[in-house]
Amino acid sequence: MSVLKSSGSVRRREPLTDAQLLMTISICIFVFMYAAAMLFLGGGFLKTQQLFDLLNDNAALIIISCALTIVMIGGGINISVGGVIGLTVMACALFLNTQGDGGPLSILLTFLLALGIGLLFGIGQGALISYLEIQPFIVTLAGMFLSRGLTTILSVNPVKVAHESFTELVKTKLQIPFLGYTAKNGNLIPAKLEIGAIVAVLIVLLVYLMLRYTRLGRNIYAIGGNQASALTLGINVKRTRFLSYVLSGLLSGLAGFVFLMHKPAGNASVAMRSEMDAIAASIIGGTLLTGGVGNVIGTFFGAMILATIQKIIALSPLNDSWWQEMANGAMLGLFIMLQSVVLSRRGKGRLTLPSWLKFRKE
Amino acid sequence: MRSSVKGRGTSGLGQLIIPLVALALLVLFNLFRDPSFFSISMATNNAGNPVLSGNLISIIDSASELAIISMGMTLVTASCGGQDISVGAVGAIAGAIFVKVVLGFASINVGVVILGILACCVVTILFKMFNGTLVAVFRIQPMIATLILYSCGRSIAYWINGDATPQINSPIISAMGMTIPGIPVPTPIFAVVLVGLLLALIFRLTNTRLYSQTVGINQGAARLNGINPVATKLLSFGLLGICVAIAAVIGVARLGNLSHKTILVDIEMDAILAVAIGGNNLGGGRFRLSGSILGAYIIQMLTTTLYAMNVATVNVKAYKAIVIIVIVVAGSPVVKARLTALWNRLRSGSAGTAGKEVA
Repeated sequence: MSVLKSSGSVRRREPLTDAQLLMTISICIFVFMYAAAMLFLGGGFLKTQQLFDLLNDNAALIIISCALTIVMIGGGINISVGGVIGLTVMACALFLNTQGDGGPLSILLTFLLALGIGLLFGIGQGALISYLEIQPFIVTLAGMFLSRGLTTILSVNPVKVAHESFTELVKTKLQIPFLGYTAKNGNLIPAKLEIGAIVAVLIVLLVYLMLRYTRLGRNIYAIGGNQASALTLGINVKRTRFLSYVLSGLLSGLAGFVFLMHKPAGNASVAMRSEMDAIAASIIGGTLLTGGVGNVIGTFFGAMILATIQKIIALSPLNDSWWQEMANGAMLGLFIMLQSVVLSRRGKGRLTLPSWLKFRKE
Repeated sequence: MRSSVKGRGTSGLGQLIIPLVALALLVLFNLFRDPSFFSISMATNNAGNPVLSGNLISIIDSASELAIISMGMTLVTASCGGQDISVGAVGAIAGAIFVKVVLGFASINVGVVILGILACCVVTILFKMFNGTLVAVFRIQPMIATLILYSCGRSIAYWINGDATPQINSPIISAMGMTIPGIPVPTPIFAVVLVGLLLALIFRLTNTRLYSQTVGINQGAARLNGINPVATKLLSFGLLGICVAIAAVIGVARLGNLSHKTILVDIEMDAILAVAIGGNNLGGGRFRLSGSILGAYIIQMLTTTLYAMNVATVNVKAYKAIVIIVIVVAGSPVVKARLTALWNRLRSGSAGTAGKEVA
């Protein structure tokens, strides 16, 4: 743990350096994009609140992107994260409404319910993928179908949370006066950061530390980079893979709770297709689907880039959902090409089959 | 690894056992639940023409798009070792092109429709070439490369027509989507047969099948043996493009309109499932088209069964997921190995030659 302080002296491994290069590119693009928005669009982008709103609105996306980065570094994939968010939000909303106007205890129970749902999905999918050796794409696709189906079985109609303490919690925001701005009538309006946004940033840091400094994190990089050599090194490949899915399930449950804190209502279409946004965020941040390469800080900026595109298009005259989709697609294409060029220039162009697609037979 | 090589050496039909058992179980379940489930009757449609009706016909009919796309998906899976998740979105683009071309003419006749289908094929092949180039030349993972069109394809489809739901009303179009007057079998079924025959013909006359399997199993070795991996992958994407175009035309013809948001929606997921349920390895290599087609009909049969049991449309996904998990668990390498070991032990035990190893 002493390496925590002297991270500069830590010997860098080759896969991490690639990820760092791609991460730096994504950070630069984010800064460039934000600066361009400040210059050409002005208005909201000149206020700190805009940056905070990006965090507030996309806290759940940031958390599931972290979940996907973990799994993708381990050479797998998880497309059930959006569905798990939807199910968690619906279950928690229904549960809160049965609790009358209970106090903090019922909120704690709800929180545990959210984590429990995520954990169950993580354990189930992880067991099927690592111990029964079924292809992750199919298992998590079934997980997505299951969670979406369960959501509508719970309730087809939108459920609004009418729980008093929880509504209070939703309204609780961290106020930072010196980053605020002065309104037209002369009042100082402080910048507001939601609890969910703080949780998301904390999760990014925790996952970063976990991946970098703990044995589990290192093992996840190892099994994603080269499963055979990880096995020869004595790493328990199956357990590591299992744990990576459990972690991603747990994070999806947490993301569901965070989503509920941002928009306190369950709905069958909550976080629809967000798994693809999360995959895109991971890729833009420099994670390779082949496994072994990735960095969760990059993923954070990947998610922020997607959020900024969304905001810029909302504020520009091209305010149409299809423009946003096209911009996302173009951005993704740009990054994928960039990655391919960068990696092949560094002599690493031979992207092999991801291990989760290989016929696993020890 | 050894077990898969062994499997190739024996019959190759082994991979069809699980989907066939699943299909048989579904049929049996339906027979016990409601013996009249499979009854087929002759009815007349609104135009007064005789049509076959019944659950079986509707299953085979409505699985057409899925079956066609799963065939193309199997080829891409075999040669690239990954899946194309943009088929639904590219299908929407194809539908938009078809509608645009057909509505561009004053009157809709057979020639115009054929022109529309051809335009459709050209456009989908171009889009699939984009995907294929990313995969084959830039060596990007198929799922990532196709994520681009997955996320923006439907927007392009919207942009082509600039209208949410353009309508086409024509007897030719409805004949393509429903039934041709005088022939009681729904037309989409013929389209499946046509595409299946076309692919079978290609496999019989050319080396496409062998080449794509070889590239999927070992690209380096394939290249050293004089097979061009890039061309093989592009060819499989091109064939998938044609499949997507045909499925899109059926989708448009079935409804008589184009809704860029709902046409062929989520079909990529079902198609990948069909490929996997059919016992094909999603990592590429050896494949059986019949497995994927079987997979497509299993998925549709499951859906229709659930509807017949009065499960709400939105809830179907949950039950579908459970059945899928059961099927893939039964087909998983670990469970398969255990079952084979058990089977061998039982057989050698009953024969009284416990020491004899069954190869």
